Amino acid sequence: MLYNVIKYTEEKFIIKNKFPEFNSGDTITVFFEIKEGEKKRIQSFKGIVIKKQGKGLTKTFTIRKISMGGIGIERIFIFNQPNIKKIEINKKGKVRRSKIYYFRFLKGKKARIKS
Amino acid sequence: MFGLIGKNIGMTSIFLDDGKNVPCTVIQVNPCYVVQIKKIENDGYFSVQIGTDDKKVNKTNKPLLGHFKKAGLSPKKKLLEFRESSFSSFILGEKINMDIFKEGELVDIKGVSKGKGFQGVVKRHNFSGVGERTHGQHNRLRSPGSIGAGSDPSRVFKGKKMAGRMGKINVTIKNLLILKIDFHKNLIILKGSVPGNKNSYLMIKKKKWN
Repeated sequence: MLYNVIKYTEEKFIIKNKFPEFNSGDTITVFFEIKEGEKKRIQSFKGIVIKKQGKGLTKTFTIRKISMGGIGIERIFIFNQPNIKKIEINKKGKVRRSKIYYFRFLKGKKARIKS
Repeated sequence: MFGLIGKNIGMTSIFLDDGKNVPCTVIQVNPCYVVQIKKIENDGYFSVQIGTDDKKVNKTNKPLLGHFKKAGLSPKKKLLEFRESSFSSFILGEKINMDIFKEGELVDIKGVSKGKGFQGVVKRHNFSGVGERTHGQHNRLRSPGSIGAGSDPSRVFKGKKMAGRMGKINVTIKNLLILKIDFHKNLIILKGSVPGNKNSYLMIKKKKWN
């Protein structure tokens, strides 16, 4: 019963984002709003989904990309984060695991995913 | 300084308008009733006793049943007392709703903290323990060390911090912000945490200057 009340509050007071479904292995672009002083600007982050994790409010997904200097960058987003404006799916990937941690150790030609 | 009785439901988090994700506690506040009004002539001080949540009649003893009968109420599970000034007006048996609170208001919360059992000095009084594992230390990493001088007082002073039972005491947390109020299910959503277990009763005090 206690859990039901908490679920009720979460459903009532949290705006849920609606995005197209994606899984780990997919290449997606996340467009999110950031504040710079008083201005608001939309920034994008494109990379491969490494994992989806959690349930309910705390459900998150992690995106990994290789930056210009060849350094891997990972970013974690909450699914219901209000500042995410849009998610685009660029490529559907085919992987056998739901959490592709092994992808962190691959470089160059090996770091490719079958589509 | 009036207030209500609430029930700790649990914690979750909410996104504010500025995009911040804040931890919050959900508290259920069922309607409360005035059970007794204490007056200076009879009791020596002025206060208002309120009760909440119905209780079975056959689980209540006869003296308490008479107490509730005076106010014309069914027996209640939890009773609490609020000190009031003699100018405030309350009617015996009156129902008090949650609408005495507003969103954006600050409240004080009083409850009984979680019992921690018999705890050592490091957890109970924030002693630092022995710093090192080597250099002559053998099995006293979390020990209190010396508890006083030797033959001069030849006793341990009263109030010396030592190991013992921890928790399960009255704790008041001041100035918690009410983020949201839901009248459909009688919920108050507070910023931050409150003392005590889930399903335990809490005293929600209204601030004087709010």
